[in-house]
Amino acid sequence: MAKSTPTRPANPSGGIDIEEVTGLRERGLAGVLFASQPFWITVALAVLCVLMAYVAPAFASLDNFYNITRNFAFIGVMALGMTAVIITGGIDLSIGSIMGLVGIVLGLLLEAGWPWYVAVSAGLVAGMAAGAINGYLIAYLRLAPFVVTLGMLSIARSAAIVLSGNRMIYDFGPGADAVYWIGGGSILGISNPVWVLVVGALVFGFIFNATAWGRYLYAIGGNERAAGLTGVPVARIKLQVYVVSGLTAAIAGILITGWQGSAINALGVGYELRVIASTVIGGTNLMGGEGGAYGAFIGAALIELIRNALLMAGVDSNWQGAFVGLFIILAVLLERLRGQRGG
Amino acid sequence: MAVLELRGITKRFGAIEALRGVDLRLEAGEVLGLMGDNGAGKSTLVKIIAGNFPPTTGEIRIDGEAQHFTKPVDARERGIEVVYQDLALCDNLTAAANIFLGREMKRGFGPLRLLDYPSMYARAASLFGELKSETRPRDLVKMMSGGQRQAVAIARTRLTDSKFVLMDEPTAAISVRQVAEVLALIRRLKDQGVGIILISHRMPDVFEVCDHVLVMRRGLPVAEKPIADTSPEEVTGLITGAIHAA
Repeated sequence: MAKSTPTRPANPSGGIDIEEVTGLRERGLAGVLFASQPFWITVALAVLCVLMAYVAPAFASLDNFYNITRNFAFIGVMALGMTAVIITGGIDLSIGSIMGLVGIVLGLLLEAGWPWYVAVSAGLVAGMAAGAINGYLIAYLRLAPFVVTLGMLSIARSAAIVLSGNRMIYDFGPGADAVYWIGGGSILGISNPVWVLVVGALVFGFIFNATAWGRYLYAIGGNERAAGLTGVPVARIKLQVYVVSGLTAAIAGILITGWQGSAINALGVGYELRVIASTVIGGTNLMGGEGGAYGAFIGAALIELIRNALLMAGVDSNWQGAFVGLFIILAVLLERLRGQRGG
Repeated sequence: MAVLELRGITKRFGAIEALRGVDLRLEAGEVLGLMGDNGAGKSTLVKIIAGNFPPTTGEIRIDGEAQHFTKPVDARERGIEVVYQDLALCDNLTAAANIFLGREMKRGFGPLRLLDYPSMYARAASLFGELKSETRPRDLVKMMSGGQRQAVAIARTRLTDSKFVLMDEPTAAISVRQVAEVLALIRRLKDQGVGIILISHRMPDVFEVCDHVLVMRRGLPVAEKPIADTSPEEVTGLITGAIHAA
């Protein structure tokens, strides 16, 4: 397969067969790679790792690897759902609050003596229900995603506080061990949240690329009217994508509650911004129509790595926000530069 | 038998009567130019045929069968393919993805129905081949020229064996060379026995590819003539009302 654009013959029907032209790819593998933001973020990640291993040998330890991967897994899982939402041209600001609500639902049911699987299922349902409310208002009543999910940010947090009676829930009853393991355990030396993230990223990558549902997300983000005219069930898919986002927030909420061993109603405050930052750094376009599962993964990884590297390098931890912010802006700048080159 | 027949189509929006009784007949392999000034009712007629809203009174027949559409997808399922003025393409997707949007080819069974990329690329390539357009199925639409974008929108209408295509101002916003490409595409569709309604403001285009021209003024067809029996001057007169009817 040719790697570059062929020169156009002067006469469309002469000199070259149509079949030869229609069989060509726009760009070869290398071209696709170099134009992809996740690729460059991966390069940045690798450079940062090598640099840190050189500067601070403790960075390259297995313990630190275990910590870093677990820490970004929570954000990464939510970034997958957020990526799906942003591809459609939407935004979900409520995921931090949904996380808090799910943690409280989980804690209360465990405290009341329910088995772990009932409590976990109820948590997942709570997250999906909150997402469904978002999705219904956005898809069928055509309200702006920013405003609807901003409202849900407030409502879900408030519900968490009321339900919990504004106290910490730490008595997880008979289901405690199972829930501690789900969030805090590990398999083959890799923490469970990381497994969830890896499996989740593979599943989302598969959905984005191999299914019609995934294709429709991009179509809606690219040209919603065209998608509707060609028979894409736009409203149904927009509803579903917010349910998916609520679900990934619920999964993250359950994992983090299990890891911490307690449920507090302030869980997840401000997480929505870290998640959005991860997706943007990973190359998801806030205008919609562009993004991917690997980008969500690598974006979340980079943010956590910067945080960890600064700690290891002995930089005042108050500078973390500045560095993360710098990378967000650099990521958008990089995207702009790529856009100009690609035409 | 006519591929498309309209009988006594009217449309009221409150007190406004946008269409006041339109009759129209289109045979297979015929290209009908639909002309008229702004406000003549062309857009309303397009939207009724495309299924955006139903007529107030009147009947749409395809192959002799009366139709009732409530949304554009209904119309498409009954064989009405539309090339919209803005083409209704997703710039962020490939040509093949746009052609198959909403009716993807899949393989597998049960809940695991996956996109069949090889078949879609191959089918898209053969559609472009039939249209003699050098458009590549794997290219992103945002990288394409105006003529190639038109080819994608037109190839989309050839997915089914639809016998009727409605084209809304396909040559309005493209370069001279691309206009020639689009007119060539229209001729290929005609050669394949497709009936086409071409809505256009551009007199040369209509006289180059159309068999008949239908002129509308203030919600009514004022003339329908074989293109050989009329002239640009007469059509202009009919559009503006300088010539009352013909």
